[in-house]
Amino acid sequence: MTVLDPHVASRNGRTAGIMALVVLAMLGLAYASVPLYRIFCEATGFDGTTRRAKGPAAPGPVAGKSVSVRFDANVSNSLPWRFRPEQNTQLVTIGERQMAFFDAKNLSARTITGTAAFNVTPAQAGRYFTKIQCFCFSEQTLKPGEEARMPVVFYVDPAILKDADDRQITEITLSYTFYPVDQPQSRG
Amino acid sequence: MTDTTANATHFEAHDAHDAHHHDAEHVPGFFVRWFMSTNHKDIGTLYLIFAIIAGIIGGSISGLMRTELAQPHIQYLQQWAGAGATMDEATHLWNVLITAHGLIMVFFMVMPAMIGGFGNWFVPLMIGAPDLAFPRMNNISFWLLVPAFLLLLGSTLVPGGTGNGAGTGWTVYAPLSTSGSTGPAVDMAIFALHLAGASSILGAINFITTIFNMRAPGMTLHKMPLFVWSVLVTAFLLLLALPVLAGAITMLLTDRNFGTHVYDASGGGDPILYQHLFWFFGHPEVYIMILPGFGMISQVVATFSRKPVFGYLGMAYAMVAIGVIGFVVWAHHMFTVGLDVNTKMYFTAATMVIAVPTGIKIFSWIATMWGGSLTFETPMLWALGFIFMFTVGGVTGVVLANGGVDNNLHDTYYVVAHFHYVLSLGAVFSLFAGWYYWLPKMSGKMYNELLGKAHFWLFFIGVNVLFFPMHFLGMDGMQRRVPDYADAFAYWNHIATIGFMMMAAGMVFFFVNIIYTLAAGRKVGNNPWGEGATTLEWTLSSPPPFHQFSTLPRID
Repeated sequence: MTVLDPHVASRNGRTAGIMALVVLAMLGLAYASVPLYRIFCEATGFDGTTRRAKGPAAPGPVAGKSVSVRFDANVSNSLPWRFRPEQNTQLVTIGERQMAFFDAKNLSARTITGTAAFNVTPAQAGRYFTKIQCFCFSEQTLKPGEEARMPVVFYVDPAILKDADDRQITEITLSYTFYPVDQPQSRG
Repeated sequence: MTDTTANATHFEAHDAHDAHHHDAEHVPGFFVRWFMSTNHKDIGTLYLIFAIIAGIIGGSISGLMRTELAQPHIQYLQQWAGAGATMDEATHLWNVLITAHGLIMVFFMVMPAMIGGFGNWFVPLMIGAPDLAFPRMNNISFWLLVPAFLLLLGSTLVPGGTGNGAGTGWTVYAPLSTSGSTGPAVDMAIFALHLAGASSILGAINFITTIFNMRAPGMTLHKMPLFVWSVLVTAFLLLLALPVLAGAITMLLTDRNFGTHVYDASGGGDPILYQHLFWFFGHPEVYIMILPGFGMISQVVATFSRKPVFGYLGMAYAMVAIGVIGFVVWAHHMFTVGLDVNTKMYFTAATMVIAVPTGIKIFSWIATMWGGSLTFETPMLWALGFIFMFTVGGVTGVVLANGGVDNNLHDTYYVVAHFHYVLSLGAVFSLFAGWYYWLPKMSGKMYNELLGKAHFWLFFIGVNVLFFPMHFLGMDGMQRRVPDYADAFAYWNHIATIGFMMMAAGMVFFFVNIIYTLAAGRKVGNNPWGEGATTLEWTLSSPPPFHQFSTLPRID
């Protein structure tokens, strides 16, 4: 092995140290991306992430402007529930406070807690789809055979009418998927 | 540009006086030399041998896949999956084959050959350095790769869900790789990626340090040969991209084994996030595989045109630009996950911007040849083949860059054709160009020109017959990653199979040529390529002394 000039050797150590820091920074960034991605999606409505209203009030209907909202309900394979919307579509006046119901039933013989993940399509409508209240904000527990009507209260933000790309949207699909929440007894 | 006042005989004479310090020709015994090596040339040789072995394995897997795809319906998979295998296990075997082929070719063939092999051998020689900055770390880089490869190969023997082996594709997308693949195979494959990644990160730090601090006096950054530039840019890409992969796949591991829900929607995670992280690594990764190739092609084209490369600075900074833009285009691999129209628009436009520096490179290579006194030795043929192939692959890349068009072509054989034109034909052609160009320097012996040309022509025609029809298949809707296909696709698949056989026949000449060269090759002097070969490695003997440049050369 060639013996290096001590000056070169110390410069090498410095360069390598800086490069190692770059590696650590990128590794940190990879982990930081998990919360950052969620914050980014919530802040921008990116990829169909819906908004959550600050108060109970809706901005009020914009006369003559409406959009069709379609409801989609799914259940994870590992959750023995039935879950479906009461209505498949609603014609919603933009800006008006709306309520829709989903029916869920526990088909199994044990009490199960589930939680719903949600999204809207087209993805760029996410930032204008605002929920005031939703069963998806919290975990839902159903006893064996129990049925429940689960409400979602929402409005479509009138700002959508000012968005050049989004004002032509005529239909927004709101999709839910129910997943089981890990039960203490099922943890191994 | 890189003429030197010093030459190898001068160093040897110097060493003779100073034998107890710099014993240039004191070569350690076999075990110490090859298993505990700290010599960049020996480690480079180890990397090249490793890459050839991995290439044989990865290439054989593509042979298996081509055999199954030779005709419609599933003929062999069930048999290969073992007696009594179900159809599910048979199709899982297919997933294992595509995964292994991709991972082996990317991480254990192209990267070790380009960066570990030629980078190790020629970066120190070209900048006039005695070795890499951290020779022992260089040793670790290589020896991390061996257990990584063994882990990946071993993963095929343990359960991976539906059958043995990791069947996730080289992208290891969640949730297939998390809840979709039980058993230790995917864990082993992920560990293999961790080790290979650590190996490459250490290598990258080593190359950056060497290139920044250990250039010979007078070798400014703007006088460095383009191959060194390409390795420098590649090393930075590795440094920035690989830790993200490491983080992303570590989170896969915790999702698999420790109950986290990073990529699991049921726990508030997002599987799309994995795709973002993977492609934030994965897109720079494809440039990692091709940039050193760009560097080699520049050296080869300049040598056999007997002209300095046209637009040297433009060439160097085009590589820097490709590296930088390569980090902001990743989501063009994800056009079908449900990106909104503005996001697609940005990623389409940004992706097309890459065609500009790439075009600069293609045109500069052509301008280098323009008016040069060209000769067509084997390395030059491979370089010309590279320029042609890479241009074809680049054009289909511009097609695929369109978010709207990609909706139709995503996950079809059109994409398979595209990335094999730029990688299997681009990166591999540049590897062969580098191989024939530097084999006389590395071995001290000249390869057989006739065998080399037979290798080139069979391979060149073979891969085109193999991959060009895949454009048609893809546009007609043949899906990738599926072992069966509709009868309508049988014709072009048949043609592709013929192409594979021609390519495989070409590879016979490659191996015969290696044996010929080592056993009976004509001995060569310092510079067998003549006046066009101006970089420092050609001032040394062939093969170069065990230790070189104990007295640093001066570059005017």
